[in-house]
Amino acid sequence: MAKVKLAESKINKIKEICASFGNKPGEAINVLHKVQGEFGYLPAEVQEVIAQELNVSVAQIYGIVTFYSFFTMTPKGEFPISVCMGTACYVRGAEKVLDEFKRELKIGVGETTPDGKFSLNCLRCVGACGLAPVVLIGEKVYGRLTPDGVKDILNEYRS
Amino acid sequence: MEKINIIIDNKSLQVEKGQTVLKAARAAGIEIPTLCYYELDGVKLENRPGGCRICVVEIEGRKNLAPACATEVAEGMVIHTCSLRVVNARRTVLELILSDHPADCLICPKNGKCELQSLAQRLGVREIPFQGEQSTYRKDLSPAIIRDVDKCVMCRRCETVCNVWQTVGALSAVNRGFQAVVAPAFEQDLVKSPCTYCGQCIMACPVGALSEVDQTRQVITAISDPKKTVVVQTAPAVRVALGEEFGMEPGSIVTGQMAAALRRIGFDYIFDTDFAADLTIMEEGTELLTRIDKFTKGDKNVKLPILTSCCPGWVNFFETNYPDMLDVPSTAKSPQQMFGAVAKNYLTTKLGIKREDMVVVSIMPCVAKKFESQRDEFKENGNPDVDYSLTTRELAELIRQFNIDFKTLPIEDFDNPLGESTGAGVIFGATGGVIEAATRTAYELFTGKKLEKVDFTELRGLEGVREATVDFNGTPIKIGIAHGLSNARQLLDEVKNGNSGFHAIEVMACPGGCIGGAGQPFHHGNFDIIRKRQEAIYREDAGKPIRKSHENPYIQALYKEWLGTPCGEISHHLLHTHYFDKSKHIEIEG
Ligand code: SF4
Ligand code: SF4
Ligand code: SF4
Ligand code: FES
Ligand code: FES
Repeated sequence: MAKVKLAESKINKIKEICASFGNKPGEAINVLHKVQGEFGYLPAEVQEVIAQELNVSVAQIYGIVTFYSFFTMTPKGEFPISVCMGTACYVRGAEKVLDEFKRELKIGVGETTPDGKFSLNCLRCVGACGLAPVVLIGEKVYGRLTPDGVKDILNEYRS
Repeated sequence: MEKINIIIDNKSLQVEKGQTVLKAARAAGIEIPTLCYYELDGVKLENRPGGCRICVVEIEGRKNLAPACATEVAEGMVIHTCSLRVVNARRTVLELILSDHPADCLICPKNGKCELQSLAQRLGVREIPFQGEQSTYRKDLSPAIIRDVDKCVMCRRCETVCNVWQTVGALSAVNRGFQAVVAPAFEQDLVKSPCTYCGQCIMACPVGALSEVDQTRQVITAISDPKKTVVVQTAPAVRVALGEEFGMEPGSIVTGQMAAALRRIGFDYIFDTDFAADLTIMEEGTELLTRIDKFTKGDKNVKLPILTSCCPGWVNFFETNYPDMLDVPSTAKSPQQMFGAVAKNYLTTKLGIKREDMVVVSIMPCVAKKFESQRDEFKENGNPDVDYSLTTRELAELIRQFNIDFKTLPIEDFDNPLGESTGAGVIFGATGGVIEAATRTAYELFTGKKLEKVDFTELRGLEGVREATVDFNGTPIKIGIAHGLSNARQLLDEVKNGNSGFHAIEVMACPGGCIGGAGQPFHHGNFDIIRKRQEAIYREDAGKPIRKSHENPYIQALYKEWLGTPCGEISHHLLHTHYFDKSKHIEIEG
């Protein structure tokens, strides 16, 4: 007997969301969307509960989660970093900035540092092209960033 | 059925409305190549994602080429299956698939039996102009199945079989684009999934992405070791399929040649799992009658219906999916394991050898039996009752490696005492056979009367779920049969709700029963092959002088000499087993 453990409040919340979609297998995408909105990410245990409630295999739920890049299985960091990869930012060196974040944090895109502090993601144009290249950390916007500036910004959050 | 007129490759045809271009063409003898398409028509299973586009054809008046497997015929349709445009497109599609496919055909488990390989051959591919990136997934090695998903072509045939036919749901398409493969949840190993090891995904896989664990090396090593007495047993379904591996017609019965081949390979004793099947009937039949007796006397603790337990794929399935019903199935071991227990306990004594010096090899139509033979409860101090469980295909490989010309072999007999069997033992290989064999014996034991007609044709067939009531001299006995775990689930849910009224239910995981097992020669979706094996099984039964298990003289002798009575003390220890809860429970963290 294999066990999947999860806090009661979480189990109940997931069940509630599944029920709000009539526990229909066809609503899996919507359910996942809502559950991720609730918990920020979709860990394996959560997918197990959803599969059970919707009466589909957990392999199929995982198939959906890995198909849509919107879904994530890793929790966001305390300070989620989003690098804009829109055209303007890209042209002005966003990729180099992104590389510098990867190097500094030793994580890839879509990952979170082991201490849970930072996570790294890419975004489409955030509508601040005049400031390109643009990086968001939480709600805060950093513009005209160069690779050299990355370390200083991170240090603001590291202390 | 309404007929419509179409033209395929300049042939005017009248075809049934509503069918696909592919089927209409096939019926007219025009072979359109396919890859992702997979059908088992005998059990109405179909995988038709229309994704690979190998089957494209040109339809006059349409701009784009259309996949034949996913396009319905329409009145007046003019179809070309080999115009220049089609030939070029088909080749480009294939070259694209090959650009991301490892080219290690020489050492691939599907070498010579791979549908991608034969496509490349058929379409005359000599070079791969596109050089794609190669994915590098880790191999997943389970006790019975190897997944090498670098070879996966994303046809999703395995996924359909696992989800629809078996309702196991161990596999799903995961990831996107170049990374896309079919895998268990969280891309964990198969052992962590609800997989039953039925192996039907291997049977469905057109390429070498899924294959069984090969144990032929270990068997050759054991045979070469002079200290070891190597004993072999062969399952009922093997003898009606093995010939296919050597170019013989499907449905050829090769029992005698098989025995001869095993002797030439060098096994010390050639025995028959059919003998153990007869033994299973003695035990399971007695268990059934005891339960019916107690039940009619009002014993509330007794469980009816009894469920057969000789299919290890099915056993894995109910351990995972019906943990609250573990006391319902028969406790009788499968014939493979009964044989192993008899060989390692009784035969060793008879031959005066130590358990460790005997190696028991079984030849099975089955992949799940590999897993079963490795279960801890079937070992004594780490020494398994059955050391190696080979598939029909692995036996064919051994025969080829030993340079044996199978077709010219003489017909030889099994050895005794564990080689004699009845027709009842033979029909274990087909869906409905186990319960028919049990009925033949249970009827006579229950009524004390001689059975006039041993053929219970009402229990035979290929319907996924079948029901029949057999008259036991005034007592109606209701029997259910399912093949395919989806169909078993349907019956089990009825039992769970408590209103089924069945006395006994037989379940087999594979289409058609073990004759359609995943260890058999590949049929590539040609269900006629399974039908022919089925006919052969009943022919072999009809030709047997003894057709009821309890009349097997060697079985009678075994009880007299060693076991005592069916379901007695020794049987209880050696021929019966118990089941484990393998379900996944969601628990509150506390
Ligand atoms: S062996 Fe059977 S249960 Fe396991 S993955 Fe393959 S089809 Fe599914
Ligand atoms: S593993 Fe085999 S059957 Fe499954 S999708 Fe890949 S190629 Fe197809
Ligand atoms: S039906 Fe036969 S071949 Fe298939 S899993 Fe069961 S025992 Fe094995
Ligand atoms: S492209 Fe980065 S803000 Fe518009
Ligand atoms: S066989 Fe028709 S699309 Fe694959």
